[in-house]
Amino acid sequence: MPKMNIIQAINDALRVEMRRDDRVVVFGEDVGKFGGVFRATQGLQDEFGTKRSFDTPLSETAIVGAAIGMAINGLIPVSEIQFADFIYPAFDQIVNEAAKMRYRSGAELSCPMVIRTPYGGGIRGGHYHSQSPEALFVHTPGLKVVIPSTPYDAKGLLISAIRDPNPVIFLEPKRVYRAARGEVPNGDYQIPLGEAKVLVEGEDATIVTYGAMVHTVMDAVDKISASDGITVEVIDLRTLLPWDVETVLSSVEKTGRVAIVHEAPRTCGYGAEIAATIAEKSLLNLQAPVLRVAGLDTPFPYTLEHEYLPNEKRIRKVLNDLINY
Amino acid sequence: MREQVQRIIDENGKVIDGAQLPDLSEDDLIRLYRLMLFNRRVDERMTKLQRQGRIGFYVGSTGEEASIIGSAFALEPEDWIVPCYREVGAAFARGYGLFDFLCQIYGNTQDVIKGRQMPCHWASRELRLASVSSPVGTQIPHALGMAMAASIKGTQEVALTFFGDGATSTGDFHVSCNFAGVFKAPVIFLCRNNHWAISVPVGAQTAQQDLAEKAKAYAIDGVRVDGNDVLAMYAATRQAAEKARRGEGPTLIEAQTYRQGAHTTSDDPRAYRDDAEVDQWLEKDPICRFRTFLIERGVWSEEQDSALEEEFQEEIRAAIEEVEKIGPPDLDTLFEDVLDEVPWHLEEQRDELKSLSDQ
Repeated sequence: MPKMNIIQAINDALRVEMRRDDRVVVFGEDVGKFGGVFRATQGLQDEFGTKRSFDTPLSETAIVGAAIGMAINGLIPVSEIQFADFIYPAFDQIVNEAAKMRYRSGAELSCPMVIRTPYGGGIRGGHYHSQSPEALFVHTPGLKVVIPSTPYDAKGLLISAIRDPNPVIFLEPKRVYRAARGEVPNGDYQIPLGEAKVLVEGEDATIVTYGAMVHTVMDAVDKISASDGITVEVIDLRTLLPWDVETVLSSVEKTGRVAIVHEAPRTCGYGAEIAATIAEKSLLNLQAPVLRVAGLDTPFPYTLEHEYLPNEKRIRKVLNDLINY
Repeated sequence: MREQVQRIIDENGKVIDGAQLPDLSEDDLIRLYRLMLFNRRVDERMTKLQRQGRIGFYVGSTGEEASIIGSAFALEPEDWIVPCYREVGAAFARGYGLFDFLCQIYGNTQDVIKGRQMPCHWASRELRLASVSSPVGTQIPHALGMAMAASIKGTQEVALTFFGDGATSTGDFHVSCNFAGVFKAPVIFLCRNNHWAISVPVGAQTAQQDLAEKAKAYAIDGVRVDGNDVLAMYAATRQAAEKARRGEGPTLIEAQTYRQGAHTTSDDPRAYRDDAEVDQWLEKDPICRFRTFLIERGVWSEEQDSALEEEFQEEIRAAIEEVEKIGPPDLDTLFEDVLDEVPWHLEEQRDELKSLSDQ
């Protein structure tokens, strides 16, 4: 099996889908000739031509708005928003239009479409190249929200997202775009949306996480397990909506101690939903309160970004608090 | 130099000197007239129903029927119509039925969109009528995308989107014009300049009140048409659609018309505009002038007109009577179509709601 990074895996997924289905078109700012600022669409225009892989003028509103029209009129648009931080001009089109099209038209019309966008911090990108807006989209009825953490998952999830009949927000962890490498099968395979993955089994505590934080958590857990002699179960959610409540609850049943790690701000972040659901469905299995390690409730900073982001120290503290509660 | 306003029949129903009549049969002319009159009578009846508290809300298009119906009539069945909330006349021109419209207004079990939207927010895939949303201008990029899809697929479909003068202030309008120019998309931007965006007159909306001029910034064609002249609207739209099908790109059509009534049944225009202005436009009414034109051409008569009025009155009355017997949608419909399948968290919410409503 070839080894790939996440960028290459995404490129491969797009290629597989564009070869399989003529309706799949890929576009956005700098996406066509240049192949995207992160090069995720490199070579697609050469293979599929300018009708199916093209540059657009600079307007996120029109990129998403046009994608909606294309989806209604028989295509499967996979548009790229260059950074998740730039998605807000298209927010109305995503929230009020794409997400609502099926519902508000009684399924007369629908938007099978994917919006790919790199998200997250740790790349010295400051406020406008680092944000994690996933909760905004999870809070929007009518969307699916997917965040892969590895090349294997990125390819399999993106193929599933493209074949899904719903609008999918596909957030790509750009900090590990190239750093995360792994074996990726050739050709066609899917990872079903809505299924989490237990990355490592453990007995003493559970960490629920996703995206780039998977790597931060796994590194921290490796060290903490070795130094403290504990075992921690790590769950990569992979899909945030619909999310895999069963996998999370069965881990809670086993460990009774849960932390959620994400880099988005803490207040009303995605972790709050998981914590509330665990409290509602599994309170008596808990040996400690559900804790969160999250980004700060501040705008995303530049110089001190590593203080903002969850790191080994904060994960260690939370595990300590959970186990010694 | 600015182009003239395109006109074919004047305010008195006379053919303007040198104007060329579009190639429409007598049957087509009568169909146009029937559609406009039907639209108006439906509007009047619905407004009364709202006043009686039988429906919650209504958006009328009185005075703008020619701009809506003349343009829709010029399209082919495979072309998309992407409306705002004031163009049910275009849907009627496509064959959308009064029964379906009323079911949508009442939000009942027969409502195609399952009672999920306010009145006048209809949709039909079969008739290629896009779904109506309330925010202004948001449908414009959808028409752009439908048109881009036609180019990509290599089909002959054109997309026409309706919007008012107020929408020309939105980003969605400008970015769509810009994209359409770049991609030479087969799209028609049909601006019904009805001179009022709720209470704001077009003069306070934009310093460039010659709305068709805005096309120039995007190197696309902009034409201005007497929006109360149904034949001019038909001809201009036909021309724009043919041009789009030839691969020659988009057109912005400014239909100069007037919102004779309120913005919606929730609005009272007496609070912000002079009756004198309204009266001036009543004299340019699109239906009156077309009726005169038809009668003078000998294809229509006062007797036929009276009979048609009776026919519509009865049709509308009977439809309301039928629709008012139909009940509201089932609770399950609340949870359908959020996604293609009902996910676990919505199943939970549905089951909880149903268990409470069964008690």
